[in-house]
Amino acid sequence: MVRSLTEDGHIVRSNIRVEKDPTIRATDLDPAFTDEVRAEPGGAQIDRCIACGRCTASCPVQAVNPSFDPRRIVRSAILGLAGEVLASDFVWLCAGCYACRERCPQGVLVTDLMVALRNIAVRRGIVHPSFRAQIAELRKYGRLYEVGPFGKKRVKIGLPPLEDDPAPLRRIFALSGIDDLVPPVEGKT
Amino acid sequence: MRAGLFLGCTVPVRAQNYEASLRRIAPGLGIDVVDLTGAGCCGYPVQSVSRSAALVMAARNLAIARRQDLDVVVLCSACGGSLKEAAHLLDADGRLREETNRALEGEGLSYEPGSRVRHVAEVLVHEVGIERIRAAVTRPLAGIRVAVHYGCHYLRPREIHAPGEDPEAPSTLDELVRATGAESLDYAGRLGCCGGGILGIDEQTALAITRRKLDAVAGADAVVVVCPFCSVMLEGNQKRIEKAAGREYKLPVVYYPQLLGLAMGFGADDLGFSQNRIKAAELLSRAGA
Repeated sequence: MVRSLTEDGHIVRSNIRVEKDPTIRATDLDPAFTDEVRAEPGGAQIDRCIACGRCTASCPVQAVNPSFDPRRIVRSAILGLAGEVLASDFVWLCAGCYACRERCPQGVLVTDLMVALRNIAVRRGIVHPSFRAQIAELRKYGRLYEVGPFGKKRVKIGLPPLEDDPAPLRRIFALSGIDDLVPPVEGKT
Repeated sequence: MRAGLFLGCTVPVRAQNYEASLRRIAPGLGIDVVDLTGAGCCGYPVQSVSRSAALVMAARNLAIARRQDLDVVVLCSACGGSLKEAAHLLDADGRLREETNRALEGEGLSYEPGSRVRHVAEVLVHEVGIERIRAAVTRPLAGIRVAVHYGCHYLRPREIHAPGEDPEAPSTLDELVRATGAESLDYAGRLGCCGGGILGIDEQTALAITRRKLDAVAGADAVVVVCPFCSVMLEGNQKRIEKAAGREYKLPVVYYPQLLGLAMGFGADDLGFSQNRIKAAELLSRAGA
């Protein structure tokens, strides 16, 4: 098979650009990124990883979408491959099921690590649109879903009334930094 | 017992049948449901953006419950996970507690250590007890075969949940089902995820996870769930998955309090069955409702 490398490090196989050259170069490593991960809640345990792969074997996302690979993410974080970890869809695809965390023989808090990586990504301005949308809904209604029209339905089937009240959450968003990380969009509250 | 019912975001809007059925069966089981005044979102949706902000949101709800002198009882497993984790973290770390409480001062709220959060299924098993549930059953669901879907956040992470359940070999929901007289089926992948966590991130992947579950439980009379988001995936998206998979499931998805309510003699309307999107007509008629 013909294999060649493009200038941006992708492998070309039979004239089809298929994958990035997996070679890890010393210049790709960013120890400061690894330290940033270690400082997050649930990040300090990454150095325990022995790369056994139980996390990947337990992962329901991996089972249907092999491009998501928790072990790869843990190893990449340890190596300080910030670009690899943050610039891909990787960190957003974790379903948060905790199966990997439950089964890790080394006590790596894999699920918490995924949250830590997302928090770091957000601080660098990378916010998945679905989370932007959820923050916007929360800002608007104080809950993920507007009670509005469902309020009548509640009363009809004998449930206690409920109203939308975004004020307390807006206060928390202002005080806890959410407004800086995901600023309100003008006109959309 | 008094239960400070935490509704969260999804239940009061999209799972009113879950809420209604719990409120209906509670008095007969000695549960006094009290509403939490001013409670909001549990914080879970914000975790991915800022863990510390999510913690403030969770702590606010716990402080509200404390102000009413109530233990928190949740219907949604993700809310349960978020609130339990918050209590776990805040109880262990005084500095974190101080930082978190600073954001709550404006509302005159403060998290005090020792909050108790339980999932309604945990309350039923550990506090009401299987014996009392059995005694409340007037119309046993003999011959009905259901598949329980535990869901991730009801079981994991292990350290924040009530002791006595092995997250790798759980039994509480099976016991609860058997207490109604129904049979709880064993099936491959019973601890598996519903896929809900990434529905907004990658719909195809999420639905592929849900499909595995539906394939594994096809043929059961119903799937029993204890989390509104699991229901959104297994019930709300079932038709779309049928279309993509080219097979029909027509699998009713019922909340446990609905199932128990049937066994306690309540009617379909009392238990909000009109809101179940996959009609459970056969289940209801066999249950005598």
